[in-house]
Amino acid sequence: MNFVFSNRAKIISFVLMAIGVVTLVVGIFTDGSDHHGRLWSNLLINGFYFLGISLGALFFYALSFATETAWAVTLRRVMEGIFSFIPVAAVVLIVVFFASSMHWNHIYHWMDEAVVSEFVAESTIDSDHPTYFKDKEAAAKAEEAGTVVVLNDAHYDEIIANKTAYLNTPFFWIRTIIYLGAFILFARWFRKRSLQEDETGDVGLHFKGYKRGALFLVIFAVFSSTMSWDWIMSIDTHWFSTLFGWYVFSGMWVSAMNIIAIVALYLISKGYLKEINSSHIHDVGKWIFALSFLWTYLWFSQFMLIWYSNIPEEVTYFTARIANYQIPFFGMMIINFIVPMVFLMSRDAKRNPRFLIFVGTIVFIGHFLDTYMLVTPGVMFEDWSFGLLEIGLLLGFLGLFINRVLTALTKAPLVPKESPYLEESLHHSI
Amino acid sequence: MAKAVENTTVVHAMFDDDHRLLDAAKNLVAKGVRIKEVYSPFPVHGIDPVIGIKRTRMAIVSFMFGMTGLSLGLLGMWYFMIYDWPMNIGGKPSFSLLENLPAFIPVAFEFTVFCAAHGMVITYILRNGTLPGMPAVNPDPRTTDDKFVMEISNVDNPTLEFEELGGMLKAEGAIEINQKSLATK
Repeated sequence: MNFVFSNRAKIISFVLMAIGVVTLVVGIFTDGSDHHGRLWSNLLINGFYFLGISLGALFFYALSFATETAWAVTLRRVMEGIFSFIPVAAVVLIVVFFASSMHWNHIYHWMDEAVVSEFVAESTIDSDHPTYFKDKEAAAKAEEAGTVVVLNDAHYDEIIANKTAYLNTPFFWIRTIIYLGAFILFARWFRKRSLQEDETGDVGLHFKGYKRGALFLVIFAVFSSTMSWDWIMSIDTHWFSTLFGWYVFSGMWVSAMNIIAIVALYLISKGYLKEINSSHIHDVGKWIFALSFLWTYLWFSQFMLIWYSNIPEEVTYFTARIANYQIPFFGMMIINFIVPMVFLMSRDAKRNPRFLIFVGTIVFIGHFLDTYMLVTPGVMFEDWSFGLLEIGLLLGFLGLFINRVLTALTKAPLVPKESPYLEESLHHSI
Repeated sequence: MAKAVENTTVVHAMFDDDHRLLDAAKNLVAKGVRIKEVYSPFPVHGIDPVIGIKRTRMAIVSFMFGMTGLSLGLLGMWYFMIYDWPMNIGGKPSFSLLENLPAFIPVAFEFTVFCAAHGMVITYILRNGTLPGMPAVNPDPRTTDDKFVMEISNVDNPTLEFEELGGMLKAEGAIEINQKSLATK
């Protein structure tokens, strides 16, 4: 039985999207921060958060193929629906990155020529667009041509300039296109083979999925880390943490399991997906519980090592957050750790749909705040505020996400009926 | 069987397949037979609710041991590092448990896991009576290898005749049926 996108859900998704559009338009006129920093960072936060949810679903999909997880087969179409959002989120991110490259916003400090250039033409210093020279050679050449070149003392940042071999706009775009392209291609491949399997019942497709899933895990292991360095960690350009990629990835994964649970429970409440029993729900609940611990573990590992060693170049990241963002910084950590731990500890809680949706909503907000804390402090510093702009844009993106995911779910039967593991999944009992 | 109620007699039915055992248990319970216990070399999935075993309270025990470990760990570190011999580690001389809490979390976590894990194992072994050196309670050594034994007691089933029960068990595929009198006094 195919899922029908009810009119009520459609209206809700459109209302949410309308709230988002109104917020965006009002935000353009009311956001007084430098270069609309608050608005752009919110677009980045939402784009990255929902991309993370879709990527987490794609990751779990590939994981369940590569590890031949039978129980998750009945959830496969739900995951396909969720990762169908990857291209939409990719467009949002590309718009934000394009704006950064055009200097319409100053999210990425290293994109600013003034910061990474050692020399400047003296006559142009006070103009709106001074002429910069990146290194001694370029400066010498300009001096030969008769320009008076002086040191760019006002803006030059040697630490950032030393990172330009990796952090430069062309290479950033090449990487971004490779990441997003790879994710979209994998998502399309899995979806196409899944629908093909429904028609032909060819077991060969299952084994192809097994290999492709393993390949995706290897690629994602690298890309999930480098992607978070490029898009998120480079906002705080001076700072670095080797653990950062895993921390961001664990946040994506737990948000994805959370949304998988909520979408599946929504479908069940509407009378679809009768193939899912309480054991499947219990297992997804266990994932939310366990991954919340993984996320907290990585958050704490990063925090404690930096806090303990207290090295200035590392600790600034947390000093700034604790000084200016104390409540959201510790608040989201407590929400994302304590709520799943206390509420999802018992077996009955993980089997109770209402309860899971209740906890899931809190975790959804908690991990939004986590993404907010990844981006905003590096863009807005101490001049931040959390208000209608943040909430309105989150609701707008949520509406878009609901609309795209539920539309994708209508396009195929909700259970891959030819999967060789379907029978085992139907009898899942723990 | 004149003194049936005073003498406890148990019937041990042996099976050589866990699925057949599970089906037999379901069918016997449906006919009103109460099964006292099942001995098996590995956990038989789904047998617990059939023979009326309550859900284990191990999770609660584990939580309580964990909380004990967490409190003991924090109390210990407070005593050693803050109260009895205040330590200045890594230039953080605030001598306060709360302000230095991040440094104490790993040990507190490890001690929580340590207490929960050991507490669970010890509770489990004591509750089952399987401490090393304790006498074995399973009726047949083959249940530690590849056979399954279902134990049915006449105390639980006062109206059941042995012949009738034997017939039922045979029909369910029991490969061996033994009757044993246990001296109650």
